[in-house]
Amino acid sequence: MTDIQPDRKINIKGLVCPYTFVKAKLAIESMEIGQVLEILLDYEEASRSIPKSMEDHGHTVLGISKLNETDWVLLIRKEKD
Amino acid sequence: MDFTDDQLQRYSRHIILPEVGGKGQAKIASAKVVLIGAGGLGCPVGYYLAAAGVGTIGLIDNDTVEMSNLQRQIAHSVNTIGMPKVESAARTFTALNPDVNVVKIQTRLSRDNILDLIKDYDIVVDGSDNFPTRYLVNDACVLSGKPLVSGAILRFEGQVTTIVPGEGHCYRCLFEEMPPAGLVPSCQEAGVLGVLPGVIGGLQATEVLKLILGKGEPLKNTLLIYDALKTNFRKVRVPKNPDCPVCGGHPTITELADYDQQYCSLS
Repeated sequence: MTDIQPDRKINIKGLVCPYTFVKAKLAIESMEIGQVLEILLDYEEASRSIPKSMEDHGHTVLGISKLNETDWVLLIRKEKD
Repeated sequence: MDFTDDQLQRYSRHIILPEVGGKGQAKIASAKVVLIGAGGLGCPVGYYLAAAGVGTIGLIDNDTVEMSNLQRQIAHSVNTIGMPKVESAARTFTALNPDVNVVKIQTRLSRDNILDLIKDYDIVVDGSDNFPTRYLVNDACVLSGKPLVSGAILRFEGQVTTIVPGEGHCYRCLFEEMPPAGLVPSCQEAGVLGVLPGVIGGLQATEVLKLILGKGEPLKNTLLIYDALKTNFRKVRVPKNPDCPVCGGHPTITELADYDQQYCSLS
């Protein structure tokens, strides 16, 4: 996972559902197909719901990692507009 | 489109839909929809389109609010009795969503003003309560190529159809000529269940949003009939009539006629 270079990073710490996914979705919408989005968050439920929703929308989850007690990092590759 | 924090919250349930997203919400925000009538149908259609964030909503109506409207016309209230319906509805819609630009057009539609009144809008919604207006709106939309979402209600039954000129049927393919005056009773004569325009107006607003988003299958070439007593929805296929007097191959209606004269009881 460390060798994947994200094309864009967003920090949505402090946000809760559904705004975590709203922000993540708006970010990925603005990117090109094939680009990778890195999402930093601290809302535990979103570490599960964002990957699931992104897959439902047709994107690929490249990685989910817990950084520390509070934070997660997700890597999502945009697959379609 | 850059959303404010308020807009992110307001439209969050839209943005997370795959069929809408931020791009779809931006399309909704830039859409211009004009409603013919701010009554039974116009109230719920306008209310939901305002909630959805439709950027510009035109309201055409020449009436004032009466107590007898309040059984079904949910944008008006006891506080707006006597006020023009376009003003009363505009206040309600703007209170729900200040993002929306409501254009009040307090006038009686006629063949002389309709083309000018609808020309700046993307989609027309017919919520009128009489046949001369219904045919006038249909013909004006066909002649100017505007998509039209048409709704009608009476007693316990409602109808919805979506007319996209050049892509399907029009109202005259369905009913070529107006019924003779007096044959079909009006709401005033026959009554209407107050919630019925809520159902039909909700369907019309849904059709409008589908057209704006370019998603789903609008009711082209189809008439949807709702029977409230039986809780039955029926779809009737309406093929385009190749000999339709307004949208057919050799139209006989090439400009707007005097619809009221054809329907003398209403003049």
